[in-house]
Amino acid sequence: MEKFQTIISTMVPLPVENVDTDQIIPARFLKATTREGFGNNLFADWRYEKDGSPKKDFVLNNPLYQGSVLVAGKNFGSGSSREHAAWAIAGYGFKVVISSFFADIFRNNVLNNGVLPVVVSESFLTGLFEAIDKNPESTVTVNLQKQMVTNNVTGISEFFDINAYKKECLLEGFDDIDYLLNRRDLIEEYEKND
Amino acid sequence: MAKTLFDKIWDAHVVSIVDDGPTQLYIDRHFCHEVTSPQAFDGLRKRGLKVFRPEKTLLTADHNIPTIGQEQPIRDAVSRNQVDTLGRNAEEFGLTYYGMLNPKNGIVHVIGPENGYTQPGMTIVCGDSHTSTHGAFGAIAFGIGTSEVEMVLASQCVLQSRPKTMRINFEGILKPGITAKDMALYMISQLTTGGATGYFVEYAGEAIRNLSMEERLTLCNLSIEMGARGGLIAPDETTFSYLQGREQAPKGEDWDKAIARWKTLKTDDDAVFDREVTFDVSEIEPMITYGTNPGMGMGINDTVPVFGRDAACHFSTAEEQSFNKALEYMGFAPGEKLIGKPVDYVFLGSCTNGRIEDFRTFTNFVKGKKKADRVTAWLVPGSWNVEKQIREEGLDLILKAAGFELRQPGCSACLAMNDDKVPAGKYAVSTSNRNFEGRQGPGARTLLASPLVAAAAAITGVITDPRTI
Repeated sequence: MEKFQTIISTMVPLPVENVDTDQIIPARFLKATTREGFGNNLFADWRYEKDGSPKKDFVLNNPLYQGSVLVAGKNFGSGSSREHAAWAIAGYGFKVVISSFFADIFRNNVLNNGVLPVVVSESFLTGLFEAIDKNPESTVTVNLQKQMVTNNVTGISEFFDINAYKKECLLEGFDDIDYLLNRRDLIEEYEKND
Repeated sequence: MAKTLFDKIWDAHVVSIVDDGPTQLYIDRHFCHEVTSPQAFDGLRKRGLKVFRPEKTLLTADHNIPTIGQEQPIRDAVSRNQVDTLGRNAEEFGLTYYGMLNPKNGIVHVIGPENGYTQPGMTIVCGDSHTSTHGAFGAIAFGIGTSEVEMVLASQCVLQSRPKTMRINFEGILKPGITAKDMALYMISQLTTGGATGYFVEYAGEAIRNLSMEERLTLCNLSIEMGARGGLIAPDETTFSYLQGREQAPKGEDWDKAIARWKTLKTDDDAVFDREVTFDVSEIEPMITYGTNPGMGMGINDTVPVFGRDAACHFSTAEEQSFNKALEYMGFAPGEKLIGKPVDYVFLGSCTNGRIEDFRTFTNFVKGKKKADRVTAWLVPGSWNVEKQIREEGLDLILKAAGFELRQPGCSACLAMNDDKVPAGKYAVSTSNRNFEGRQGPGARTLLASPLVAAAAAITGVITDPRTI
């Protein structure tokens, strides 16, 4: 995995609540046997007409909104455990998703793909949406080392939570399997005592 | 210190705790299906790894497979490739695989319990959120992503943060005609679709003890629909008698030992949960959903909530936009009744309601009646075992006389990865688990309900309280 660097970026706003993973990537796109290519079908049913042409009113089709940070309403990523949702988010080019609340499995899945889920307060989230609404060129800064997210319009910063292990993984580009493979002796010992 | 059932099972599976990080948890049973595993097996190949404990992983094909004509190669080339890939991976890595048409094939969360793979006290994972189903046996069972599937294949462990604990007590006696599905939809409507996120739930109380094993599976299956990591029920005589004699269940002396161990699997009297909720089940009516997440449910005779007015509407004003979007998608107006609204499709099946008791309930209701002409009904057994039982009990003949046909087992219209897609704009009363936009096909409008409510809709062609027929 790529090492996670501090990000200063414009944002893509999606002020919808309870966005489930069926919306992030509909089931009919789950038939692939590789991790590539899911970005093109991110939010497919909201993003494209039946004939495949872009739906003008959807945010990903609006050139005003760009950037590697997706800002979404509460309870983002609920429903199915499909990691394809994380692959779609990462494949599209998002490095960070900011919301006031994430579903558990989705949060693990994006972390395992080098995308940082940042949980912020409702008021901070509203502040971001307002900033983007006023000016799509508004930026946010996400500093993983300091665990700090900053609305660069208001100057307000908020601390966000992440466990030290996962933080290290993202900063160094390690994954969990590297870690587990180094602990096989512990696993065998556990099996003996079980 | 007093422990909850969850604590007891979790603590017994801790291999190590990462400093300032997650727990390395040992996994007793790993189920795999074709959709969420190919990239994990690819990962193993790239790292030059074997499956660490092949006897603990079981593979089945369920999501993509057609429910008609399984004797023929799958017509959709992409689906066929995914299913074939699973078969090849099974062979390459030496894993047990119940492929299409294997007598033990079926939906992963149906075949695990029915073959005795799922047992009390286990840790169970699968790259599928409805793995929570297996908690019905008193197991810690939860869905994982594909990277985590790879972790389990490579090391028989996952790294997980310890969830908080919640107990949901269902007290009282259910009214006639009310099912475990109604209990679940009621619970989710009260707690909302994200209300149990971060928690592992234990279901307890008189009404839980009175549930059959299959009803418990239905309830635990839907734990994820309120965001819970999983939900479990302490094992009791119902659990033991269901398991006894099943293929993978312990036998002879091992059985006696297992029973003795399983009987210790309960929450200590003075254990404290992070959160506790109690419901009086005598208040529960047949439930139906009106929106686009499983938390948007109501009693079948109620009216669609009016935003900001109804107590049944558990949404903050910040969610108004999402609420209106959901109703617009469904074609419903706030304040209107759903009773009497036309229904185009009925789906009986899925890991939620695709077991033999569900088919008995449905069949018993439609016996001697006729399916409404306007309704297309898809009756999809959860496994070939269920299908066999349906035929042995003669349910297929009763269904046929009432105008229904049985299809072949699979996940089918629950997520419409195969050809079983509800057309755009059509209304489907579905016994499955998700009413998300497009879940049953692009533009499809799903109303989640019990097998009884589905049966009533199939007969009348409109949304109907089954107690009025």
